[in-house]
Amino acid sequence: MVARVQAEPFDLSAEMAGFGAGAGAVVTFTGVVRDDGGDLAALEIEHYPGMTEAALRDHGLTAAARFGLSDWRIVHRYGRIPVGGQIMMVATAARHRRAAFDGADFLMDWLKSRAPFWKREIARDGSASWVAARAADEDALSRW
Amino acid sequence: MTVEVLYFAWMRERVGHPRETVRTDAATPRALIAQLAALSEGHAAAFADGAVVRCAVDQVLTDLDAPLGQPREVAFFPPMTGG
Repeated sequence: MVARVQAEPFDLSAEMAGFGAGAGAVVTFTGVVRDDGGDLAALEIEHYPGMTEAALRDHGLTAAARFGLSDWRIVHRYGRIPVGGQIMMVATAARHRRAAFDGADFLMDWLKSRAPFWKREIARDGSASWVAARAADEDALSRW
Repeated sequence: MTVEVLYFAWMRERVGHPRETVRTDAATPRALIAQLAALSEGHAAAFADGAVVRCAVDQVLTDLDAPLGQPREVAFFPPMTGG
């Protein structure tokens, strides 16, 4: 039961060492910076120190209660992350597969539109633009 | 009362600084926005589209029309884009 916000990359195998001991199902998700348009150099992620950590922890606890997770972990990076770099990870552990998948999916939908992070795209020519919130992310949250 | 007001993302850029201390009698975040928007052109630009303004009062997401109470810290920011 860990929520962490950090600038440096994370080591997925180190994060998962000892995670969810005794569970029947462990799900991990890693978000990676992708370049859809062919001219993205990096993302720059801003957060709200203090609130972000508390919000991640609150939501991890909510997911654990709702889906019966025996363990969970959220690691989200901030600062400049190049294309191909890790943005964040979510891991969930439960007795059965469905709860682990649903818990991870729920946490991801929440992170997309309710966790205090803001992304800015840095293009190869150095220009920067803030990423607008997507209605699809809001819709995804409403299904829970 | 005196509150610490924080701005994030493009709202911070438009205001021109990440935080400021403000004296206010505002009863709701929306009333505080009206006061802040009058401070400068940058503030007005940050708050120009009220539909995209999100607010946290003492680090808890709060509706713009909820009672403000006596907070230590109020933050304004655009819709979040994590994950």
